[in-house]
Amino acid sequence: MKTIAIATNTFREAIRDRILYLILVFAILMIGSSRLLSLLTVGSEEKIVKDIGLASISLFGVATAIFVGVGLVFKEIEKRTVYTLVAKPIRRSQFILGKYLGLVLVLAVNVAVMTCFFYALLLAKGWMDFAITRAIVLIFVELMLVTAIAILFSAFSTPILSSLFTVTFYLIGHLSWGLLLLAEKLADGPGPAICRALYRILPNLDALNVKGMVVQGVEVPMTQVFYASLYGVSCTTIVLGLAVLVFRKRDFL
Amino acid sequence: MPEPVLEIEGLRKTYKGHLSLTSREVIRGLDLKLEAGEVFGLLGQNGAGKTTTIKMILALIFPDAGKIRIFGQDHLGVKLRSKLGFLPENPWFYEYLTGREFLKFYGQLFGYSREERNRRAGETLEKVGMSTRADMPLRKYSKGMLQRIGMAQALLNDPELVILDEPMSGLDPIGRREFRDIILDLKARGRTVFFSSHILSDAEAICDRVGILKEGRIGLSGRLSDLLSPAVGSWELTYAGPAFDKLAPAGFQGGLISVRGPESLVRVDTEADLARLLDAVRAHGGSLISVAARRETLEDLYVREVAAR
Repeated sequence: MKTIAIATNTFREAIRDRILYLILVFAILMIGSSRLLSLLTVGSEEKIVKDIGLASISLFGVATAIFVGVGLVFKEIEKRTVYTLVAKPIRRSQFILGKYLGLVLVLAVNVAVMTCFFYALLLAKGWMDFAITRAIVLIFVELMLVTAIAILFSAFSTPILSSLFTVTFYLIGHLSWGLLLLAEKLADGPGPAICRALYRILPNLDALNVKGMVVQGVEVPMTQVFYASLYGVSCTTIVLGLAVLVFRKRDFL
Repeated sequence: MPEPVLEIEGLRKTYKGHLSLTSREVIRGLDLKLEAGEVFGLLGQNGAGKTTTIKMILALIFPDAGKIRIFGQDHLGVKLRSKLGFLPENPWFYEYLTGREFLKFYGQLFGYSREERNRRAGETLEKVGMSTRADMPLRKYSKGMLQRIGMAQALLNDPELVILDEPMSGLDPIGRREFRDIILDLKARGRTVFFSSHILSDAEAICDRVGILKEGRIGLSGRLSDLLSPAVGSWELTYAGPAFDKLAPAGFQGGLISVRGPESLVRVDTEADLARLLDAVRAHGGSLISVAARRETLEDLYVREVAAR
């Protein structure tokens, strides 16, 4: 109940912030402009529209997760609102979880609004394919993980550093498959073992990316969506656990 | 013997700089006990560690050593915080909420029902004189209004122990008087109040006991009635007439405080000198305006104690 109260307040904070609407308007404009961009290409208009639509939902979702997420905890400490909050009968873990759930709720609303516009565009063109929903579900799972990472960094670092760390994490997460390729190229020494170990430690965000398959019309089985979601939720749980551990012993100076 | 409301033993805290290259020991073995129903004022210079002590009591920062017990329990317990109220120094709250929304939100953190939240929010808003501005966003609040809403959230749960960090800062004289009345009302209802303040006249008016934080410890502590001498320490004499240096008796103990037009205000340290000065004023054709006896104030005690360092 107390976690929900903090989540609701975080959600309220975000929806009363105009920046969020700006991001949403940009995303919708981007989805809308995919129709214009597709006119510049020959023959693959449907794919271009779907590609840009999904990329917009993902990109603007990640932008919201990072730029709102890194400020969530930091702002509470910087503005000293955390002083009276933590002095109330709540656990610090409830505070972190509440902040996290509040932002995830914001992202859910954002993704839902962007998806509605995207579907309306597809329906109007007669290109509607509900398999796209599977890609959007995995985009949302990825946003949940990125939000957790942003909150983890925000629990001990400044927003600028936290943004840098989270963007780096996001890029590494999408390029970690490159480590396996590198391991194959490196024939001798400890190189291949290090690359494989790093590959196992670093989250593989590409496991949550089926946008290309959906756009190309390749079927994404429900089992893949399920296991990818399970993977994403497990990583999120571990990262949130770390954030709670860091925050539990933090001094509010 | 009843259990102390707050008990601190051997508290220590060192702030470390970047990479622990520099460090500053702020609290060096602080001991303190608060009995139920008393108003205790923690005094000290800027940077003496008053806020650090308060933050450690509330588990906002963690001590390096020492024990803090509140109502006989370890201070880290979450449940006991439902018996605490806290107003930080220069409070800042969620500016996108209205005063009422803010208090209802905090009511949720105590697990109150909707009706209970509404009732308590209304009552505390009334108590701090903010009922008419309850539905205004906090971003539009002045510093004094934020201080009042801060006091409201500290009293929302009708706490048994109220901890206030510089509660009078940012308040106008009427606000200070109202806050003083709130604290005295808490005392009348048997609540325990622990507060830090720079404003010594307020501390003197409301505290049962004070402690002066000095070099990271409570240097001097006790009941004001025990600490302050009831004897008259000096007199302040105001007269109209010639300049003080023209009529000051030889070997006079005291000195000129101020001159306003024809009036001079003089501090007199002994009763004999008071009589000599009165004679001199009359002899030079001056007229007596007032004589006031001065007893030791908390400010005198504080200055003496801090200067003794």
